[in-house]
Amino acid sequence: MKKKLNPQTRKSFITYGLLMIVFIAVEILLSTGSISSMMQGLLVPICVYSILAVSLNLTVGILGELSLGQAGFMCVGAYASAIFSNLVKESITQPMIRFTLAILVGGVVAALFGIIIGIPVLRLRGDYLAIVTLAFGEIIKNVFAALYIGYDSAGLHISLKSQGDLGLKPDGKMIINGALGISGTPNDSTFEIAFVILFISVIIIYNFVHSRTGRAVMSIRDNRIAAESVGLNITKYKLITFALTAFLAGVAGTLYSHNFYSLQASKFDYNLSILILVFVVLGGIGNIRGSIIAAAVLTLLPELLRSINNYRMLFYAVILIVMMICTSNETIRSFFIRNFEKLKGLIFKKKSDGAAVKEAE
Amino acid sequence: MAFLDYLINGISLGSIYAVIALGYTLVYGIAKMLNFAHGDIIMVGGYAVFTAMVTWGWSTWVAMLFAVVVCTLLGITIEKVAYKPLRKASSLSVLITAIGVSYFLQNLALLIFDEKPKVFTSVVNIPKINLFDGKVVIKGETTAAILVSVVIVVGLSLFINHTQKGRAMLAVSEDKDAAQLMGINVNSTISLTFAIGSGLAAVAGMLLCSSYPTLTNTTGAMPGIKAFVAAVFGGIGSIPGAMIGGILIGVIEILGRAYISPQLADAMVFAVLILVLMIKPTGILGKKINEKV
Amino acid sequence: MKFAKKLMALSLAAVMAGSCLTGCGDSSSKSDGSGSSDGTIVIGGSGPLTGSAAQYGVAVKNAAQLAVDEINKDGGVNGVKFKLVFEDDEADPGDKAVNAYNALKDKGMQIMLGTVTTGSCLAVIDKTKQDNIFQITPSASAQDVIKNDNTFQVCFTDPNQGKASADYIADNNIAKKIAIIYDNSDAYSSGIYNTFKAEAAEKGLDIVTEQSFTKDSKTDFSAQITAAKSAEAELLFLPIYYQEASLILAQCKSADYSPKFFGCDGLDGILSVDNFDKSLAEGVMLLTPFAADASDDATQKFVKAYKEKYNNETPNQFAADAYDGIKIIAKLVEKEGIKADMSASEICDKLKKAISDGFKFDGLTGQGMTWSADGAVSKNPKAVVIKDGNYSAL
Repeated sequence: MKKKLNPQTRKSFITYGLLMIVFIAVEILLSTGSISSMMQGLLVPICVYSILAVSLNLTVGILGELSLGQAGFMCVGAYASAIFSNLVKESITQPMIRFTLAILVGGVVAALFGIIIGIPVLRLRGDYLAIVTLAFGEIIKNVFAALYIGYDSAGLHISLKSQGDLGLKPDGKMIINGALGISGTPNDSTFEIAFVILFISVIIIYNFVHSRTGRAVMSIRDNRIAAESVGLNITKYKLITFALTAFLAGVAGTLYSHNFYSLQASKFDYNLSILILVFVVLGGIGNIRGSIIAAAVLTLLPELLRSINNYRMLFYAVILIVMMICTSNETIRSFFIRNFEKLKGLIFKKKSDGAAVKEAE
Repeated sequence: MAFLDYLINGISLGSIYAVIALGYTLVYGIAKMLNFAHGDIIMVGGYAVFTAMVTWGWSTWVAMLFAVVVCTLLGITIEKVAYKPLRKASSLSVLITAIGVSYFLQNLALLIFDEKPKVFTSVVNIPKINLFDGKVVIKGETTAAILVSVVIVVGLSLFINHTQKGRAMLAVSEDKDAAQLMGINVNSTISLTFAIGSGLAAVAGMLLCSSYPTLTNTTGAMPGIKAFVAAVFGGIGSIPGAMIGGILIGVIEILGRAYISPQLADAMVFAVLILVLMIKPTGILGKKINEKV
Repeated sequence: MKFAKKLMALSLAAVMAGSCLTGCGDSSSKSDGSGSSDGTIVIGGSGPLTGSAAQYGVAVKNAAQLAVDEINKDGGVNGVKFKLVFEDDEADPGDKAVNAYNALKDKGMQIMLGTVTTGSCLAVIDKTKQDNIFQITPSASAQDVIKNDNTFQVCFTDPNQGKASADYIADNNIAKKIAIIYDNSDAYSSGIYNTFKAEAAEKGLDIVTEQSFTKDSKTDFSAQITAAKSAEAELLFLPIYYQEASLILAQCKSADYSPKFFGCDGLDGILSVDNFDKSLAEGVMLLTPFAADASDDATQKFVKAYKEKYNNETPNQFAADAYDGIKIIAKLVEKEGIKADMSASEICDKLKKAISDGFKFDGLTGQGMTWSADGAVSKNPKAVVIKDGNYSAL
């Protein structure tokens, strides 16, 4: 508080700075070739999961509503953009332009879904909202898994039954092939693009949180009745937040679908939504930087545990439980904090940190 | 005739969902947490019966009792180790811990019982009933599932409303601090809740595996989620609500699969859930509760 | 949550440092697949070892290890020994499959056996193409899997199985009224279903009802069975895996419905399910390249060795396909005189030319197997029927 910079601004700049440092470090490692293939392969997914986590943090942390439908929005974005890219890949050959458009398509379609779904469900609260968003996510996944779309000279064919049901002519092409999903999406995602988008997402979110709208949203979270009584339009603000979350999830979905040759709906099940929620809670509800760190750590963890083979997922589970207990139990936490402060006192000059982010409860 | 068949199968599936949903509802009502590991306790119950009956050759009744004991102890242990340290933390932290426990149980089962599916020997020994010259068959498992779920709902309602321990549970669910002031041991009440919930999961596991005799480490996951939907559907926290929700979900699932589209049967279950919550935001029998999430 | 953040940051730092150390150690020597110096060729396997599809991945891993051990015991191929590294892809159709693939690359993979499931395979085929690594999959059977010129299959392509099944049923006049139950969320199952349906129409078979299920609802089949029963189907075609099939058989029995059953290679293994009531499967017909109790020497030797090594378990067709996969690689390596110090790309160029160039292989899953340049295998499916709790040839 004593600093000239507003603590919130300072906080966001620390995050930007840290992100840049990580980016430069990774780029150096990449250019010197001292990074394993596995780590290289993980770079884009880590960015994707980080975007998903920070955007979900908008709904969970800033709006204070529990949503379990993040995978659904990601699925919509991934499919919409993959269809788009597959349709235009012959006509737009410049990957940058095509991918930029694809990202917009993915984000906007997902945001539309967010609004369509948000209007009815945001009336609900708490666990009921959670279960309905989970339900929407599952519906989206199931519908996409049952969807067959193809086109031929006679136009577009759509079926919910089978490939044969489409009655495609021999010159026809499948766009979505039911459970097999979409294949042949151009691999336009690179770490650099994914990182830039993550960076932009973080900027958007910080600015949103510190804007007039963001403060209105937080006031709704902290005291809905008070917010309503000063004339805030609750539904509008909730919808804006929800749509922004969906938009960013759709963008993440675009990055995801353009990182792999094939895309299948089965990926986007409730387990994925829950995983993203785990990132958010573990990183600290309302804490943007924490979400990114948690997403990175928990994406890396199962891969780094590969050396213990069969015990890998068991260990992952144990670590998750222990982390949760250590970060959320008062006694253990204060024990660590005390010792941590001591340690810090030895190394750095003691200085007061900015106000801790107010937690959503 | 086919319709009757579908309906009976739906009620049978629904009764199993109901027993699972009761466990969810009970724990939610008292501990105010979504116990995502509940579905995996069902799986443990299934493996316990399987091991006792097939590997050790115990008799059916002893094996069933064994499974209930194993699950009850497991439930209490999980509560003590993983949830109790978080009693004061936000309910989201507990939710994530529950997910961790769920992963843990699934992967532990994978290590112990390996990855191959086991065929479960039905614990039900009730003859099947033939109606309309054998055109409609009511399986013994169906009869058992319906009877057991009704007995459990009635028994649980009586227990909660008419015994001291049950009333203590009600009091804790209303207000933890006030209950404490009235001399109720909140910790032991919550432990009891987990014990009962996990015991019910063992019973659900037996019913589930007897009706659909396959057993893998993920057996409990999907029924768990659907039962969770059922619990919300009927109004989470409400015992008769769990029963109604469970049976409705089961019937909608089977009828949807039969008459509309098998691929979209699950989507339909969720769509109906959304519709119900739009009209009645706290479920069919849910009371208005003040949310803290 | 300040503390949480610090803890996370610390652990991230630790994780990063750790990964860099291990990563650097591996990558400096091997990550480009430039060949190993210790005289072994590294074969990378990928498949689900955890999660709900683990049974298939573990079978492949076990059988592949068995084959590698046998080859090494006999002194290797041209003095070159093999080493199998196997990674878990959780049958994920996206990033986890690619992670597993990358982990294999870091371990110096020169030839790839995998992946086990179609979904994961589709996610990695373009990576193996890019890196030019010879890939042979034991069991990913979709047509799309072999669209690149470096990918080959040991198993049948789905369309072949569907067509062969319909032909077999029609030619042998097994039934006229057919009901199908298939897994709509599974690439393998819906692939067979599509071609079966098309071929059945050509052959004048009457499909009275088509029923499906999904990954999320694969325990209750009462609705599908009732539909088949009321449509009076004489034969139930089951292009699915044995776990679901065992449930369908049990549920048909309790619904007093006893049609003929016909399945594909996914049904193999049904008899070795723990505690399965074999009488349920009596009379089930299946088109499979492998039957564990076939009387030929090769099969018997393989089954015996597998049982000895793995807890007396009977191998299924996944295991047989994987075993063949390794033996195919070995034979190709022998034919082309591959040395352990060759790079993955060099090996790939040689092998992919060799396999479709007059190469013939007699294995567990077929005699005189040959490959076309597009990657599909040509072998004769065997129809077997389950009789007295055993497979016997039809």
